[in-house]
Formats: sequence, C-alpha cells, structure tokens
Amino acid sequence: MSVLDSKVPKGPLKTKWTDYKNHIDLVNPANKRNIDVIVVGTGLAGGSAAATLAELGYNVKTFCYQDSPRRAHSIAAQGGINAAKNYQGDGDSTYRLFYDTVKGGDYRSREANVYRLAEVSANIIDQCVAQGVPFARDYGGLLDNRSFGGVLVSRTFYAKGQTGQQLLLGAYSAMNRQIARGKITPFNRHEMLDVVKVDGKARGIIARNLVTGEIERHSAHAVVIASGGYGNVYFLSTNAMGSNATAAWKIHKKGAFFANPCYTQIHPTCIPRSGDYQSKLTLMSESLRNDGRIWVPKNMDDVMAIREGKKKPTDLSEDERDYYLERRYPAFGNLVPRDVASRAAKERCDAGYGVNATGEAVYLDFASAIERYGKEQAKIHNINNASADKIYELGAAIVKAKYGNLFQMYEKIVDQDPYKTPMMIYPAVHYTMGGVWVDYNLMTTVDGLYCIGEANFSDHGANRLGASALMQGLADGYFVLPYTIGDYLSHEIRTGKIATDTPEFDAAEKEVTDKINFFINNKGSHSVDYYHKKLGNIMWEKCGMSRNAQGLKEAMVEIKALREDFYKNVSVPGTATELNAELEKAGRVADFLELGELFAKDALEREESCGGHFREESVEMGGEQAGEAKRNDVDFAFVSAWEYKGEPGDAVLHKEELEFNEIELKQRSYK
Amino acid sequence: MNLTLKIWRQSNAQATGKMVDYKVTEISEHMSFLEMMDVLNEQLINNGEEPVAFDHDCREGICGMCSMFINGEAHGPDRGVTTCQLHMRMFKDGDTITIEPFRAKAFPVIKDLVVDRGSFDRIQHAGGYISVNTSGNTQDANGIPISKHAADEAMDAATCIGCGACVASCKNASAMLFVGAKVSQYALLPQGQVEAVDRVKNMVAQMDLEGFGNCTNTGACEVECPKGISLENIARMNREFLSANVKS
Repeated sequence: MSVLDSKVPKGPLKTKWTDYKNHIDLVNPANKRNIDVIVVGTGLAGGSAAATLAELGYNVKTFCYQDSPRRAHSIAAQGGINAAKNYQGDGDSTYRLFYDTVKGGDYRSREANVYRLAEVSANIIDQCVAQGVPFARDYGGLLDNRSFGGVLVSRTFYAKGQTGQQLLLGAYSAMNRQIARGKITPFNRHEMLDVVKVDGKARGIIARNLVTGEIERHSAHAVVIASGGYGNVYFLSTNAMGSNATAAWKIHKKGAFFANPCYTQIHPTCIPRSGDYQSKLTLMSESLRNDGRIWVPKNMDDVMAIREGKKKPTDLSEDERDYYLERRYPAFGNLVPRDVASRAAKERCDAGYGVNATGEAVYLDFASAIERYGKEQAKIHNINNASADKIYELGAAIVKAKYGNLFQMYEKIVDQDPYKTPMMIYPAVHYTMGGVWVDYNLMTTVDGLYCIGEANFSDHGANRLGASALMQGLADGYFVLPYTIGDYLSHEIRTGKIATDTPEFDAAEKEVTDKINFFINNKGSHSVDYYHKKLGNIMWEKCGMSRNAQGLKEAMVEIKALREDFYKNVSVPGTATELNAELEKAGRVADFLELGELFAKDALEREESCGGHFREESVEMGGEQAGEAKRNDVDFAFVSAWEYKGEPGDAVLHKEELEFNEIELKQRSYK
Repeated sequence: MNLTLKIWRQSNAQATGKMVDYKVTEISEHMSFLEMMDVLNEQLINNGEEPVAFDHDCREGICGMCSMFINGEAHGPDRGVTTCQLHMRMFKDGDTITIEPFRAKAFPVIKDLVVDRGSFDRIQHAGGYISVNTSGNTQDANGIPISKHAADEAMDAATCIGCGACVASCKNASAMLFVGAKVSQYALLPQGQVEAVDRVKNMVAQMDLEGFGNCTNTGACEVECPKGISLENIARMNREFLSANVKS
C-alpha cells in the first residue's frame, strides 16, 4: 500500500464533487473570524483563493515578490480560458472537456480532479463576467469563442490577446474588495523563504521583506502555496524573470512530495532566440494557430537561399512549402496539441530545414487567413471584383482586430512586419505540468499545507492543453480550495492564535538567515546568472524536447557538480538589509540547482514517452504512427511522487497508480 | 555599439541620489533595453561594484513592473512599448543615454531606479472592483448582453498595465489617466453601473489623498502610455465624477 492517499471520494464520477461538497465539514461564520490563512503567490490561483477565503470570513495574508498582486505572471497569459459552455452549439459538454483534457494530458492525470475541473469551468465564465472582465463579444452582444489545440470544438473565451491580464485584474479586483474590508492583508515585495511546521502541521512561514531585508514570521492555521511553475529552471523560458520554484521547493524539503517534475511543456510558438545575451523568450499565443499555417521550405536550396537572404519566404510558391503539420496530422492540422507541434518543429529543424541563421525557426504564416477574411469582408460589404490590395487591406484589418497586440509585440522584438512576411517561431519552455503532489482536497503530504494552480501537479497530466492553465488556476482558487480547506479548518476552531515565538519558528528563521548570510559572505568569483545560464543549458540540451537515458544520467552528474561549484564560487554583492536583486536570485537559483537534478532523475525513471516527456528509446516503430511517441500504460500509468531525503539524487519514489474508469486508454492520435 | 549611460543612483529612500556615468560596449541592436542593463550589471558585479536596481519581471510588456525614464521619456523613445520592449535599435553607436526613475511625490524612490507605486494599489482598494461574491452563483454569462462596441471600449480601458508612465510623464504628476481608465472600464459595462457613484468618488478622493497632481490637459500621458490608453478616459471620469456629485 502506497503512503499516498489521493482521497478521491467514492461514487460515480459525475456526482463525486457535488456529493463530497454536501458532506464535508463547514466552519461557522463566527469561527472563521478566528482562523488565519496564508496564501503565497497572487496569480490567478492565489489571487482568487485569497479573495474567496477572505470573503468567506477567514483572515488572509497574501505574499508576492512583485510590487503589486496584479503583476503575477498569470498576467502574461494571452490566448484564452476554456469552459464547457457550449455557447457555439458545436457539441461541447462537461464530459467532452474532461475527455479532451485527459487525452491531451496523455492519460497521466487524475480522472476525478479533471472531471471536477471541467464541471466548474462554466461557473468561472459567469463569475468573471459578473466581476466586469471584458471578454470578447460578437455583434449580438453575446460572448465569442475561439479554438485551441487538441480539441475539435470552440470553447475558449478570450479578451483580445490579453486574457490572462483581464482575468488576473478580475481576481485582483476581488482581492481589492477584501483588502478594503481589512480581510486581506497584502504583503507585496515579500518572498516566502520557508514553511514552519508545528507537530507535523503547516503553521506559518518565514518571509523576507525585499525592500528592507527584514526576516518576518507569520503564523496561520493553514498555508496555501500558489507560486506557479518552475520553467525558469531552464534559464530561458516564457516565464517572468522572477518566476521561481522557491516556495514549492522549500515545502518539498519540509515533507511535501514533488510529483512528475519531468512533465514540462515546451510551447511550439515562441519567438526564436537571437543571441547569448537573451534574458527571456516571448510567447506568441497558441490562438494564432487558429489562423496561422506553419511551414518550412520543401527544398534545402530554398532553406539556404532564405538563410543567406537571397530569397524571402514570400517568394516561395505553395508547392515549394511543406506545411508539415497539415501533412502529418490531417485531422487536427495546425491545431495539434502543443507537445506534438513542438516535436514536429524540432524534427524539421533537426533535419536542417530551419529558416533563420541559427537553424531553429519555422514559419507561422497568416497570408491565407488574411486572404480568406478579406474575401469574406468584401462579400459582406458588397464589394465586387475587389482588388488583391483591397482584399489584403480588409483581411489584415480582421487579423489586426483578433491578434493586433501579438503582432505588435512581434514587430517590436523582431523588427519585421508579420502582416507582410510570415512570423518566425520556435518552441520554448512555457509551463510545468509537474509540481507539488496534492490529494483531491489540494492538500500536500503535509497537513494544513495546500498547493494550487501551476504549482501543483494535478490536472494536466503529461501535457496541458491550451487555455486550460487559466481555467485550472481560477477553478482551484474560486471554487475548489475554499470548500476543501474548510473541511480541514473545521478542526482548527479551538486552536486559537498561533504564536510565532516558538522553537519551530526560531529554527526556521535561523535556517533562512544562515543561508542569506552565507550568500552575502561567500564573495566568490561568478555571478548568479553565470550559474543559472549553465544550468539552463544542461536542462535544455539533456532534459529538453527529447531525452535519453545517457543524457539524463549525464545531466544528473553535471547539475550536482554545478551545484557544488555554485556554493563554492558564487558572488552576491551588496548586503542582506536592503533591496538586493542578486541575493533574491541566488536563493532561487540554489533551489533550481536542486530541482533540476530531481527533474533529470524523474525523467530517467520514466522509461516511456508521454505528453511533453519524450524518451528517444520509446517511439512507435511501424504502422501509421511510426515515429510518434510510445506510451507504456502497463508499466507507467502512475504519478511519480518524490520524497525528499537530503539530496535530490536520493529522493525516494512513491507511486500513485492512476485508474481510468470513464475513459479507455488509447494511443493519442491526431492524424 | 558603444554607449555612455548616465544613471540615477540612490542607495535607499532616505539617501541623496546622484547621476553616475557608466560605459557599455559591444551592445547588439537586437538586445532589449533591459538586456543592455543586464550587461551593465554583469559588468558591475564582475568589477565588485553594486549593480543598478531596477524593476522588471515579465519582460514582454504586460506586467507593468518596469519603469525607467529614459532620455526624458517614460519607457524611452519608442511608442506603444514598455522599457522591456524597447530595443537598442532605437539608439546609435556613441549615444549618451540618461536613465532615471519615474518621478512623482506619490512614487517615492526605494533604490536607484525602483520606485514605490503602492499609491496605485490603494486607489484601487478604494473602489476598483464590482461588489460581487466569488461564489460562482451569479447569472449565466450570456444573461447580460453587452454591445460589442461597449465591450471593446471597456477592454481598451482595461488594458492599462498600471506602470505609472502617465504620472511620470505629467508635469503635474497627475494620475488621471490611470484612474480614468479604471473608472471607465466599469462605467462602460452594465455590471459596473450599480456602484458607479461611490466608485468614482472614492477613487478620486484616494487619488487626491495620495498627493497626485491635477490634470491640465497637456496630453503627455496619452503619448507616453505604452498601452495607448486615450484621454477620453479622463473625460469620461470627469463626467462620472460630476454626475456622481450632482446625484448625491
């Protein structure tokens, strides 16, 4: 018997959540006033959870490293949020959203969690509209939808290319209402540096005030971690510069198991890197694949001519182009899931067909969409025999209305006009499906310690579908955690205020202070970024889009060696008692240097290809699916949950077997 | 390209600051402005000097964290971009670039180029929300049809990233464009009507309390706004404010 208990309630899948909610314990309003909850991170998950918990009556403290909760990196999500509303009447349903998500995740997620997510998805849209989120609407005044990869319906709600921003501002506005009432106390420019456990229960955190450097103790009856994913372990990713794994990793070291670290999403449509100085990569929303067609030249001569600047992409005729996604996956075409699209781009570029100087770029072309929309508009406006220029003008206006901000962003970065020449794109690290292991209640393996949003592992299996991250963040924060945490807190009504002048807080604070003093006094010879870039390089080369046993073993050794070098030679300027960005980075990179090793170990252990985890040893050898990823359900239909044992390499594996009662496990085919 | 940088250095809120000159070499035109700052900081760290503190996070123009005043303009010489989206191709070899923090009484300097914009948060605590519980038990999202025009206009106002460029660009350090955008988003939507009177009054009162200046219709804010928030939002807020005061 595994030590892991997922606590999935009994009963039919379709009624599990409702039945469960009807039977869990509640806390009466008067008692809620005596209970404190800490929420670390104020993105969609943390922001929505904080607002809802405060609204219910708990005393909430929020922590974020940014200068305002509104700046959490959920704000950068572009394309949209899924919900099974079936407003388009195209056959969508809760079941279908559930099915698509489990299939898209390559059958490595927990059925009951995913069904609940699909079930509450529709409420999210109702909630956000009531809050004043300005979703896109059609001329009749009703909500508009678009399609995302891996699905055959239009269920994605959006606010131009800034959906994450609008949803986060919605959650932030709900927080503001509670801040005004005094029910949320926001601690901005604060970083959580450890969790404090008392008698096995999470009872508070140690945080650093990033402006003054002061180390603070905060106690609570429950702690919620909503600190996002660990994509920055790769150095270059679409994450924000400050996005980090520290909160998640610190709780891992205090007993929370870490699940499936190797499940990372490499997003197919990002702006390619241009030089060694590059500090981050920029995503071009998946929504662009609704209208953009992805291609590389068919002939190597054309590839060379383009790289040398002798030919332009627009010089190539239709037959000289290889629309490789449409060729390989006729059923889903350009809208295959992200992992499939990324690997296909890598395959073409590895074969030498990349279209920029680095050989790592493919085209995303809007010419046919502009023409199609242009002709449609000409018809709508009764323009007969419209000239090609007129059609272009009309079509470009529609494309601009849909994706204007993304096109502008591209033009500013690359200095090319994507209305006139195809965009160049390449896959980049974007999202991490792995994360802290949680049960059905979203509680970690530590009592009273919860983990929500991207920081946990639960809903996306081995690959997340587009527009599902926003859905999960808000579902966890608005509609799941506020119920499940009540069941735990109902046993805390007699606890009273938790003191911070205890040996447990002393010990945790000392550990944090010692680490900070170590960094400041180390006076080594290399900057923190020097190590972060080296780590990123190992991760990308050996734990990137395709992985093999030898590379992963090497990665483990190299990361460990790099970590040892880091502790000997890292240099952190300045002092601990002021705003010190280098000190902040040092702590975060120290955690990435541990997480990276566990990541490689997890990837090594999982000798199958599934979702974003592609093992070169596990591919289909023949038939229609030849060359595609080969999953192994007999041996690997489980969640890998790692228990910390002192060194990342010594972590102990616990398996949560995945059972699928509603869905038949199949080869994922998008052909 | 090789550049001379004149950068505001101030070790903390109480200290007196000053401009300090630095040289950076071999800067690629494809770098973003903040990547150029990374190069400078790496150089400073390797020389045992203290790196320049500046706010930044998403580096894709949406979080609103970056806040530099470059050659006398918020977010620098390009239009419709934040500092993180500004690219070095906007500058020439041999240029001298002056870099200062966003300056306003309501944005005190924390360190070097980092300022405290908590005043923006407090304005929103005063009324930047619709009082609806997050239970999800509201009416169906399509139960409130909203004309595409109004929805699009509300969206245009809602794209404000709260960076503070409007305040930094205004000779009066006025926050009217920011507050106008917030008030407008809700004023344009039926959901926002119920509390419209209190919202505009409370937000404006907090804005005044924070020490922001008044609007004298110069329009610099609109020009420098990285998200193209238009002056119409200020006009709309003024109408809302006037009618709120007439009503009560």
